[in-house]
Amino acid sequence: MQIIKNDQVYDAIIVGSGAGGGMATKILSEAGMRVALIEAGPFFDPKDPTTATQMKWPWESPRRGASTTRAFGDFDMSWGDWKVDGEPYTNTEGTDFKWWRARMLGGRTNHWGRISLRFGPKDFKHKDVDGLGENWPISYDDLKPYYDRLDKMVGVFGSKERRYNDPDGFFLPAPKPRLHELYYIKGARKLGVDVIPARLSILTKKLNNDRGVCFYCSQCNRSCNVYADFSSSSVFVIPALNGGQVDLYVNSMVKNVTTDENGRATGVSFINKEDRKEYKLKARSVVLGASACSTARILLNSKSSQHPNGLGNSSDMVGRYLHDSTGASRSGLIPALMDRQLDYNEDGVGGMHVYSPWWLDNKKLDFPRGYHIEVWGGLGTPAYGFGFDTTHLNDLVGGVSGGYGDKLRTDVRKFFGAMIGFGGRGEAIARYDNRCELDPTVVDQFGIPVLRFTYKWSDYERLQAKHMHDTFEELIDAMGGIALGSKPGKDQEYGLHKPGEIIHEVGTTRMGDDPRTSVTNKYCQLHDADNVFVVDAGPFVSQADKNCTWTIMALAMRTSEYIVEQYKKRNI
Amino acid sequence: MKRRDTLKTIIAGTIGGVALGTSAAGCEPAANPTTEETQATGLYGRTPDELARDKKIMAEEYLNAHELATITVLCDIILPASATAGSASDAKVPEFIDFIVKDIPSHKLPIRGGLMWLDGETIRRFDKAFTEASSTERMAIVEDIAYPDKNNQRPELAPGIAFFNYMRNLTLTGYYTTQMGIEDLGYTGNFANTWDGVPEEVLAKHDVDYDPEWLAKCVDQSKRLDIAEWDDDGNLLT
Repeated sequence: MQIIKNDQVYDAIIVGSGAGGGMATKILSEAGMRVALIEAGPFFDPKDPTTATQMKWPWESPRRGASTTRAFGDFDMSWGDWKVDGEPYTNTEGTDFKWWRARMLGGRTNHWGRISLRFGPKDFKHKDVDGLGENWPISYDDLKPYYDRLDKMVGVFGSKERRYNDPDGFFLPAPKPRLHELYYIKGARKLGVDVIPARLSILTKKLNNDRGVCFYCSQCNRSCNVYADFSSSSVFVIPALNGGQVDLYVNSMVKNVTTDENGRATGVSFINKEDRKEYKLKARSVVLGASACSTARILLNSKSSQHPNGLGNSSDMVGRYLHDSTGASRSGLIPALMDRQLDYNEDGVGGMHVYSPWWLDNKKLDFPRGYHIEVWGGLGTPAYGFGFDTTHLNDLVGGVSGGYGDKLRTDVRKFFGAMIGFGGRGEAIARYDNRCELDPTVVDQFGIPVLRFTYKWSDYERLQAKHMHDTFEELIDAMGGIALGSKPGKDQEYGLHKPGEIIHEVGTTRMGDDPRTSVTNKYCQLHDADNVFVVDAGPFVSQADKNCTWTIMALAMRTSEYIVEQYKKRNI
Repeated sequence: MKRRDTLKTIIAGTIGGVALGTSAAGCEPAANPTTEETQATGLYGRTPDELARDKKIMAEEYLNAHELATITVLCDIILPASATAGSASDAKVPEFIDFIVKDIPSHKLPIRGGLMWLDGETIRRFDKAFTEASSTERMAIVEDIAYPDKNNQRPELAPGIAFFNYMRNLTLTGYYTTQMGIEDLGYTGNFANTWDGVPEEVLAKHDVDYDPEWLAKCVDQSKRLDIAEWDDDGNLLT
């Protein structure tokens, strides 16, 4: 096979253009470093009309938005999901881990929920509280200045609540609750469940002159064509390309990091998906932001005589401590919302306007870590699935189920917007045995060994899911509603979603002060090679009951500025 | 970004035409796509692989003319024209079903088998296919299968009841995802707007309200275009 070499030596090669890689691209290029950004998928700009789906109507899709080719439906802006053609992964017996990959500029940030929660002081030192897992080598105070700057740089709406473990930031104002959310606030307060305005990186107010302001179409998962939500493509990478310091390589699948006789990185090898040839690029430093599991895979595939167990893996920690958020969900019918007035636009922002941060003390519960509750409901644009079994909701309220003709038109209108749903998102305990590693025999279509997952939940997570379901029923009841379906029992792990389904996988290159038990130091720099850095969720020691993106970006900013400092000192 | 810069930022030889095309389009302000580009994306933002799949499915034939004729009659029994809105076939629901059974192949067997069950039942009762039966004859069968048989009193009808439910689901989805259906439903969203809370007249019909403490945290839409500035303590100044 032909290998194409390029003699240029970059100051940094950044692998992956999502939340972490995008941030690194911005910081490094603005500091004057010469950067190669390598993305496995094609170019994407949310405002490109040829690929845009925002404001499309369901009838513009022949399948009316069904999830046949995109797991979250035709209009969702993720190219790739739990399956990517030609790029498999495997599970050991008894494991069913689901691995989401978005192959496009900006990665998963083009469709993510924009839920932007800082980790709190407890989240970095939770072992001190319950003896489980491991503490981070950094504290909230170390990261706070970066969260503060991130809020102002990228924009997040929310409210000052003075909650110890849900720190406030520099918030844009929150959108007013919608009707179903007013019902939720009332029900939650009745139960003693805390409820506050959501915190999402959507611009409810002008942040700067480069980006537009939210026009309330509720479709952030389709990626905003006026850049009013945060996507790494629109907010980081495309502006950085204009700065002239960045060469972007798209459709380029990084295979491994190359190293010299001293074990330091010299660059990367990648496969160009267009011509299926292997290329080599050189750089003084390599910054991995390929996503927690892809970065682990690249490191494990970077074997050399200096790094026989894979790059950064002298500790055998690469791929271990993999953990996703826990999740459970339930929905209900709120009779008071039946036959509601429909003649006003209640779309709102993309996602929830209100949520419940963790409100209880685990010392009084039979599981160690918390969860937050995400709330959905309201008047959404009909799409594939609309009307399925709607008429059977009559069984719950004493009406006639089934039928045909004008009765159906009445049924559909009666139940439209009368549903409420909850998603619990909680913290799992990171475990040594939960891991990804290289499958010994399976390769992808580029000949690169693929990942094999081993992942088991424990009662820490199962009992938390049980608590979620108990709470959901109480909440639905407090709202005067009727829960749909039945509560999942022990045989169904209390409704706990499969690992990977919440798409918050972290921990595969965890940070620590001890090179024997961690992959990177507290600057996300490999213990084993000082010019290799990780800017995705790999270095997370624990997940917290928060979504991971805001912390990925705050950490990536801190790591990137550390890289710039090392560059200026000529250490790299 | 100028097209010239786009070319410069991407190393020749490593990048396919796709990237060059989209990056150039992406940086021009709201450039209208050419007819060719619009057709190439199938009008709803498809990737090349998705577009090829759509074309293949549309070229495939699954349901035959008799099956589609039966589906049309059934759809219009499920949703006939009302005083103010068109029927299922006016909204092209049969065409949607013709597509979706190919797009989601798990629909194929329940639909094909269900149609045969329906014809079998009509032959048994009236010695003719469903489409050839009179309106009275058709409705006699529909009345028997349009409602759940909760106590399983007529188990011989169970396949028909399951099929009718299947058809009702696909008909409702196919109808309410068209412009006609959405207008009939009364959904009034999916346009750019400035959300400023539930209207007073709607709140008045429900036993909920905005509390002033919460409202104080919410956006003042008259200042949405003023660039955000904060004091050192995170209090919004603008």
